[in-house]
Amino acid sequence: MEEPLTRDDWLVAAKTDADRRGLPELKPLLDALADATRALRAASWNRRAAGPPARLDAADPATRPDDPR
Amino acid sequence: MTAGWCEHPIYRLATAIDAREVSVREVVDATLSRIADCDPSLRAFTTVLDDSARVAAEGADREIAAGRYRGPLHGVPVSIKDLIDLAGVPTTAASQVTGRAPATADAPVVARLREAGAILIGKCNLHEFAFGTTGEDSSYGQTLHPRDPTRSPGGSSGGSAVSVATGMAFAALGTDTGGSIRIPAAACGLVGLKPTFGEVSCDGVVPLAPSLDHVGPLTRCVRDARVVYRAIRDHRGGESAPTNGAAQTLGCPRPYFLDRLDDEVRAVFERALSRLTDADWTVEDTPVQHAHDAATLYLHLVLSEAATIHAATLEQRPQDYTPAVRLRLELGRYVRAEDYVRAQHGRAVLGRAVDAALAGRDALVLPSLAIPAPPLGATAVDVGGQTESVRSIMLRLTQLFSTTGHPAVSIPCGLTSTGLPCGLQLVGHRHRTDQLLDVAEAVETALAGRS
Repeated sequence: MEEPLTRDDWLVAAKTDADRRGLPELKPLLDALADATRALRAASWNRRAAGPPARLDAADPATRPDDPR
Repeated sequence: MTAGWCEHPIYRLATAIDAREVSVREVVDATLSRIADCDPSLRAFTTVLDDSARVAAEGADREIAAGRYRGPLHGVPVSIKDLIDLAGVPTTAASQVTGRAPATADAPVVARLREAGAILIGKCNLHEFAFGTTGEDSSYGQTLHPRDPTRSPGGSSGGSAVSVATGMAFAALGTDTGGSIRIPAAACGLVGLKPTFGEVSCDGVVPLAPSLDHVGPLTRCVRDARVVYRAIRDHRGGESAPTNGAAQTLGCPRPYFLDRLDDEVRAVFERALSRLTDADWTVEDTPVQHAHDAATLYLHLVLSEAATIHAATLEQRPQDYTPAVRLRLELGRYVRAEDYVRAQHGRAVLGRAVDAALAGRDALVLPSLAIPAPPLGATAVDVGGQTESVRSIMLRLTQLFSTTGHPAVSIPCGLTSTGLPCGLQLVGHRHRTDQLLDVAEAVETALAGRS
């Protein structure tokens, strides 16, 4: 069974892709996007979103499944 | 003598045109003369429509002489952001990516301006594809701030703002995806209206992010903004009774929105609030829940949608974009679908939070732009002892209301010690843009010390 993609895996893969495409200057922007995505997933209202977020990192409170209440 | 009309608000010019105190041809000639004098240094226009404007002016004079006066925009020179189609003229979006073939038809907003008798005087410079707040990335060069040429007039509708601020047009159409009408309006000392989302057609407008894009006017006063808004909106009903300047209740969302402000901008804003309370307005503190999530929501929405719009040309002609805009668009290709969906959910949550803050109040009041017009070339500025990215700080106070679709208007509220304008933003109830304009007109009157 394929392992889920962690956030760090995603960032490494995205930066590798940026290099492959000849866009190394994109890497600091990808870091900023990763920070923004972390904040988005950590937003308190996401716990009440319809459906759980995808598994990314079980230790990360921003990506824990929603409270079923 | 005629050149003096260039500085007047539309409502005064309209009275003079209707009374035939001045001909439309004289007004258009004076406006074109002002453009010839000012635009080579300011670069507010991408195209000046000298010939067609003069022909339209003569037609307007004939109609008015024949007793067919159409209303307050008849014969009034108006400029159009070069993101909006005008038949027979290329829509460049200030980019090398777009072709230079002329548009085959007017966008509905342009058609409505023509129907109202406006004279289309030219198309205005902008930040490439409206994807920026300073105007620095444009194939037509940087538009300069009319009061300080070392500074940006704000953006992305910077050319539109400068055209109105300098008498090169009496009103302009801009677009606002995260603040692109209100930001340059604040930076240049104008009124800038973002109507409720969906009230004004975006057909025939090059999209940036379709779920966020708005079209609206930049003018010298609220009364003029209402004239243009009523001409271009889809729905013609719902006009509210005038408030006659009566004091009302405003909510000020201090947490987040007043956390990071330039010291002078803060002082100007607080003085404006004091003048309102002195004039018997009620200003109550009212936080907007989750407002601190505004930037991250906006980022995920705008990046994803803009990357989708530009997917084909990013593949085919990436070198034709300015480097900064290309990078921003490329970044959007890395936003994951699940996060776009989360941001859409957050948009609904924040929309309800703004509704809750507005409950029982006529409008929210906050600054429009956290800093004065920024120096050209600056990527970061000091705000209250903290270094902030220019793009982030310029979007900070406006992007939430583009995201939620609430109507919002920026009106001038004072100057910094160096003479740079500051804007006061009023946010109204969704689908009640006319009522927001009532509030804005009353605030404008109170700040001017009139009763």
